[in-house]
Amino acid sequence: MSNEMQGAPQRETQDAPKPATLLDRSDSRVKHATGISGAVGAFVERVRSGDLGSLPVIAGLVIIWTVFTSLNPVFLSANNLVNLLFDCSTVGVISLGIVCVLMVGQIDLSVGSMSGFASAMVGMLWVNHGWPVLLAIAAAIVVGALVGAIYALLLTRLGMPSFVATLAGLLAILGMQLYVLGATGSINLPYDSALVNLGQLIIIPAAVSYLLALAPGAVMMLLGMRTRERRRASNLSAPSVGSLLVRSLAITVLLEIVVAYLNQGRGVPLMFGVFLGLAVAMDYALKRTRWGRSMNAVGGNHEAARRAGINVSAIYTSAFVLCASFAALGGVLTAARLASASQQAGSGDVNLNAIAAAVIGGTSLFGGRGSAYSAVLGIIVIQSIASGLTLLNLSSSLRFMITGAVLAIAVIVDSLARQSRVSHGRA
Amino acid sequence: MTDNPTTRSERGELVLSLRGVSKHFGAVSALTDIELDVHAGEVVALVGDNGAGKSTLVKVLAGVHQPSTGTITFGGKEVTLSNPAAALDLGIATVFQDLALCENLDVVANIYLGREMNPLRLDEVAMEVKAWTLLNELSARIPSVRDVVASLSGGQRQTVAIARSLLLDPKLIMLDEPTAALGVAQTAEVLNLIERVRDRGHAVIMISHNMEDVRAVADRIVVLRLGRNNGIFYPDSSNQELVAAITGATENAVSRRAGRRQAEQSV
Repeated sequence: MSNEMQGAPQRETQDAPKPATLLDRSDSRVKHATGISGAVGAFVERVRSGDLGSLPVIAGLVIIWTVFTSLNPVFLSANNLVNLLFDCSTVGVISLGIVCVLMVGQIDLSVGSMSGFASAMVGMLWVNHGWPVLLAIAAAIVVGALVGAIYALLLTRLGMPSFVATLAGLLAILGMQLYVLGATGSINLPYDSALVNLGQLIIIPAAVSYLLALAPGAVMMLLGMRTRERRRASNLSAPSVGSLLVRSLAITVLLEIVVAYLNQGRGVPLMFGVFLGLAVAMDYALKRTRWGRSMNAVGGNHEAARRAGINVSAIYTSAFVLCASFAALGGVLTAARLASASQQAGSGDVNLNAIAAAVIGGTSLFGGRGSAYSAVLGIIVIQSIASGLTLLNLSSSLRFMITGAVLAIAVIVDSLARQSRVSHGRA
Repeated sequence: MTDNPTTRSERGELVLSLRGVSKHFGAVSALTDIELDVHAGEVVALVGDNGAGKSTLVKVLAGVHQPSTGTITFGGKEVTLSNPAAALDLGIATVFQDLALCENLDVVANIYLGREMNPLRLDEVAMEVKAWTLLNELSARIPSVRDVVASLSGGQRQTVAIARSLLLDPKLIMLDEPTAALGVAQTAEVLNLIERVRDRGHAVIMISHNMEDVRAVADRIVVLRLGRNNGIFYPDSSNQELVAAITGATENAVSRRAGRRQAEQSV
């Protein structure tokens, strides 16, 4: 009896305060950001807890650019930046594939060889055998996809760690590249062809580039408003129009300034446009599709993904196939950039640059965390270092050392941020 | 063993029935001639010592293992559960002991993992609404469904795992040691949750080592011992009877202590 007497008032107080009507705002224990100042506060809070996003890489980029500009003002000239973007696109595309495999917690060490082999294939099929260029490129990409499928098969059927499988692949594919190139060791691509023009000359017309720079902000605003309406209709909290507007405007202004500056020089390379387009497509696929969700899940906890009914083997396969295909495409772009397919293509630092770009950009080596844009940001960092050191007439020995140091710093930041996230419960 | 139907409330329709189910791993018989009936709106507790075959039985029902012999009848039809997806499709959901959540994904993504709405353009708003609805039905206290699971407490994760199992509106939910890793308050929360799940008309199979938890929510207690049925009990049966059935001995430490207590009370 006494128990009931005690219990009754408690139950009343539990039921009484129900002023919040929004579905996701009913828990009074949680602070929620409101308005623009709230959004800023939430952002600061997130960064402090170790959820850094792309902040470290942007900070690093600012430092690198400041240092190189102070050492040689040519670095920040429009034309040097245009060249930098040309160089970014080739390895950047390879790095997009690396993001895919890192996402599922695997690695592909053979992307460099794969890109070299792809460029050799295009050279052989197109120049030596007279195939149509598009068919040669398609053949190279299909071979890439096959290689990826073999890695996936080795991993899912035979349990061979991707680290070892792709290391073996690195050597085997390098051998294939040398075999295809034969005794001469290099195949020159015709200078006046569209492919080489894409790699060296073609610029997006200024007017078009300004228009394209408007698109992200506009799309963001439109989709943001649509989502906002739907969330309000569904009785969920919704972002304010103001914060949406501020964000869209900020990104539009930023992009327009960048495009305007590049147009002071030669303009925005079409090849970089292609790279960005691929990055946007990959970002959409990773964030907004069931496949992307499954990729994240497999990278985070593959056993949980398996029990949720996800076909884990298929996800691994898709990641490896995409990675090797991107590597092949990157190889084709490299051949276009250099106007030749040679034994040097894909050797040396291409492999590590592609992997380092993804990691520097913020894709975790531990799987389950990353974005396609990390490839874009990371490769810009790496190419900035390369370009800056070239301008300073420093040897490649120093370039390797500095790139190595930057990669180490990036991984340390990733690791520290991860620890901080864990201690703040945000892993 | 002691079936006194007068004190039992009306049972729902028969959801699952196992007849003569056996499972051998090589020379080891993990399960022998298991018989089990589960009705809608009923919580059946599966108890037994380590190695009694509880987890094997759950894995057979979840489609992870296939039985060597015997028939499984689900919803009136004889079925073969060849893989986890088949069990899920039939309406058998399992909450595994280690929960199997992806810590790097938020609550909504975890609840909908593998069954996202609109695969080519995820419908986040609709999924979030449904996630809140499910969690509210369970009176769950999750601060935000947009937080990653890593930021949730053990009890909250259990809630998410249970909410996920409810998503497809399964006829049968199996919970493997749902309270093993939880504190007092969280255990109470999860037991409440199980009652609410039962009240929604789902059949529930719960594995537990904790007799108090079992007694608190179970309508029927099925004891397994060395891979065989060893009696069916009701929450009002004594601890002594249960322990005897689980260990296979009437003479043990628990029964002696209970005997002493009884003797003291009667004096």
